[in-house]
Amino acid sequence: MQSRSKPDATPGDAYQREWMQNVRPSGWRNPTPVGRHDLVIVGGGPAGLVAAGVATSLGLKVALVERALLGGDCVNVGCVPSKTLIRTSRLYAEMRNAQHYGAQVPGDIGVAFPTAMLRMRRIRARISRADSVQQLSATGVDVFLGEAHFTGNDSLSVDGATLRFKRALIATGSRPDTPSIPGLAEAGFLTNENVFDLTELPRRVLVIGGGPLGCELAQAFCRFSAQTTIAQDLPLFLPKEERDAAQLLSDAFARDGIEVRLNTAAVQVRVEGGKKLVDLVSDDYRSTVAVDAILTGTGRLPNVERLDLAKAGVDFDTLTGVRVDDYLQTTNPRIYAAGDVCLEHKFTHTADASARIAVHNAFASGALPFGRRRLSTLTIPWCTYTDPEIAHVGLYVREARDQDIPVRTFTIPMHDVARAIADGEESGFVKIHVRERTDRILGATIVARHAGEMINEITLAIVARIGLRTLARVIHAYPTQAEAIKKAADAYIASLRWNARGKRTGRAKPA
Amino acid sequence: MTQALESADDALLALLQRAAFEYFLPAMNPANGLIGDNSRANAPSSIAVVGFALSSYPVAVERGWLSRADAIARTLAVLRFFGDSDQSGSPGATGYKGFYYHFLDFHTGARVWHSELSMIDTALLIAGALTAAMYFDADTADEIALRELADMLFRRIDWRWAQDGGETLRQGWKPECGFLHYGWEGYNEAILLYVLALGSPTHPLEGDCYHAWTETYQWENLYGYDFLYGGPLFVHQFSHAWIDFRGIQDRFMREKRCDYFENSRRATLVQREYAQRNPGEFAGYDEHCWGLSACDGPSDELPGVADEPRRLFGYAARGVPYGPDDGTLAGWAPLASLPFAPEIALDAVRNIQRRYPETMSGGRYASGFNPTLAGADGRAWVSAGHFGLDQGIVVMMIENHRSGMIWRLMRHCPYIRAGLHHASFRGGWL
Repeated sequence: MQSRSKPDATPGDAYQREWMQNVRPSGWRNPTPVGRHDLVIVGGGPAGLVAAGVATSLGLKVALVERALLGGDCVNVGCVPSKTLIRTSRLYAEMRNAQHYGAQVPGDIGVAFPTAMLRMRRIRARISRADSVQQLSATGVDVFLGEAHFTGNDSLSVDGATLRFKRALIATGSRPDTPSIPGLAEAGFLTNENVFDLTELPRRVLVIGGGPLGCELAQAFCRFSAQTTIAQDLPLFLPKEERDAAQLLSDAFARDGIEVRLNTAAVQVRVEGGKKLVDLVSDDYRSTVAVDAILTGTGRLPNVERLDLAKAGVDFDTLTGVRVDDYLQTTNPRIYAAGDVCLEHKFTHTADASARIAVHNAFASGALPFGRRRLSTLTIPWCTYTDPEIAHVGLYVREARDQDIPVRTFTIPMHDVARAIADGEESGFVKIHVRERTDRILGATIVARHAGEMINEITLAIVARIGLRTLARVIHAYPTQAEAIKKAADAYIASLRWNARGKRTGRAKPA
Repeated sequence: MTQALESADDALLALLQRAAFEYFLPAMNPANGLIGDNSRANAPSSIAVVGFALSSYPVAVERGWLSRADAIARTLAVLRFFGDSDQSGSPGATGYKGFYYHFLDFHTGARVWHSELSMIDTALLIAGALTAAMYFDADTADEIALRELADMLFRRIDWRWAQDGGETLRQGWKPECGFLHYGWEGYNEAILLYVLALGSPTHPLEGDCYHAWTETYQWENLYGYDFLYGGPLFVHQFSHAWIDFRGIQDRFMREKRCDYFENSRRATLVQREYAQRNPGEFAGYDEHCWGLSACDGPSDELPGVADEPRRLFGYAARGVPYGPDDGTLAGWAPLASLPFAPEIALDAVRNIQRRYPETMSGGRYASGFNPTLAGADGRAWVSAGHFGLDQGIVVMMIENHRSGMIWRLMRHCPYIRAGLHHASFRGGWL
């Protein structure tokens, strides 16, 4: 379930119609509830869908309630459309930069934005097939399209029908947290929920917020040739990431031609002559930018309202979401939660992983013979899909030092990697953090064109407790950019023998 | 042969050091002792450059380039100016809470350019004042007055206020908007700032401020060297101009079995490695020509360069390995690393002089040069004039290499010693 309650099918093409038919089929009739369900899932995003799949594979009787579009933000207004557009925008950037690759710049690089959006809609429709309402229903899940309201500890209603459950899972996701800037609402603005409905490229765009969504779409808009400004009320973009990663991103933005405004707050919006005028303040410097569209990417809020959670005895907070323990159990022992509605890390893959834990724990003493699983044991990677991409897994150096864990980082700049040089993609690095005097990997940050692909190797190493000593023995195909990981492991091995001064150093303990 | 080479090196260093010092003589306003930020027309005064000048006068006295009386007069003039300056914090004042605005009008000493009240630049200024106080130790009226002034200026700095209730120090403040938020994390030149702030007998930092700052450090193995990462070379040099970090360790360096001096040596080697790799394929970079630091460089606004695909950064802190790097090197930067890695520093000094003689005028280095943007005559782009910061660090680091004079003086500075102790430094000369 997500907040986009009224889907907009503006373009009205066949792809749009197929997508809608998959995620919110017109004329869908909810089944009549019969008896008690083993599991009722509230929300049909990634967490809800995964939970439904796991639960049905266990032979459980499952119902799923979705308020808006099945598939949640990810497939409808999140990862899928944004990555699709990013790919097209990257191609435009490469065409303009053809000389860098020893090619001729094409004569006319006119941006066909509607064509890019058409491709996005085609791909979104295709990907939505896998988790369509019809497919889900065919697996035996009772699919209810409508608003769910809890009516008691073990029941909820959907459009007048009552569903009783042994267990329930709240997986209602999150929505954009829009900033309260005077005049913004009146002027109109874009979020991830409506930006993919655009049919024309705005000539001038202001992106407010330097988180992952803002950064990704600012770069995409710029590469589509919109005059783009990004304002971030902090010294760097992606404030959770390592300073060097964020700095490289700032540099990449500047190279792309994005007007970067760091330490800058948007304080007032007004409309004059069809233009949106936004007042910006950076310390003692005030300025006004005139734009045609404003995109906000200033965080997300959990969807906890309108569920009558109190009637089910489920504690929640409007900022942090449904309160769960490490087993994802809410304050009502029958009810669990998963995904954005209860987690700090609001990613599709985290929703997936948490849903598996929640279903497992919900039935651990019944259908499943194993012990309960903890959320805190997960190793969660993430990636911001800018160019270069910024991916991270595990601890940051600062987090490790906060825990009094001595850290040593092995850094390989991508300009030391043959494939990155050959690809003309040298901006970035692989940094692997290990516990001092051991080869145990604590975390890693990768900034590279394909960092999202590369981080998975480090995630595997952390989960499988593979240290740098073993990674150094893993043959990496040459030439690949992932060779940077092998080089970091090799640097560790080299450091065991000789340090830079030629003096012997202590041997490190294996992980 | 070796002796002859050493003698040639000594002679070269003597020439370079004196030429660098001579920047300060005409750059001073005799009315208030302030020093021009750079030698260009209408340049304001930079409080940091004043700090370097104050530290360089004792060197000049020892080297016989300046009489003691002249040095005292220059020092007293500027200390009296700061002592009497407008500390109201108003937009046109000179300072507030014992700190000073970064750039001051050369003639009036009032804030210019809407510059910020700068914590680090105040630290560089006050380090110079304390250096003078340590050197001018005679019981004459002037030298007693000088020491009292320096002490007063140090004691009135409200370092605690500059924490703004936070864990670490803020970097700046403006009367128009309050404290600035630059996200100044990781290792940098601020170690001197923290030591001074911790050593204050009047307004020392609260809490475990130094530890909170060092928690943002990144200890990295890069190009085969384990070191405390900092991109621009000057961050590995500025604090070392005053403090002899050889053999003393704070908690972090004890953990790493290293010290900040050795760390600066490795940072210097990393700079050379980067230049050898030269990922940006800039002209001139190699193992004999390196030095990315804070310096003046070409900017995109340069006539005829605006359409170039590269970005040019003007005055910026250039660093390795993540940049920014637009092909601009600071010729003086290897020289300022002389105490840490004399062999490779001198090698770079000689090579840069030989290849790019246009980078020097009057025996002094320009702030930056860019061989990639060579003119039709093949000569590198060169920053106009000279910058006081560059000359000051050259004077001091050559002196520390030649005699260790500044280091010896400051080892006995009670505020520095107290600050180092509070920052958990132990061992060696401490």
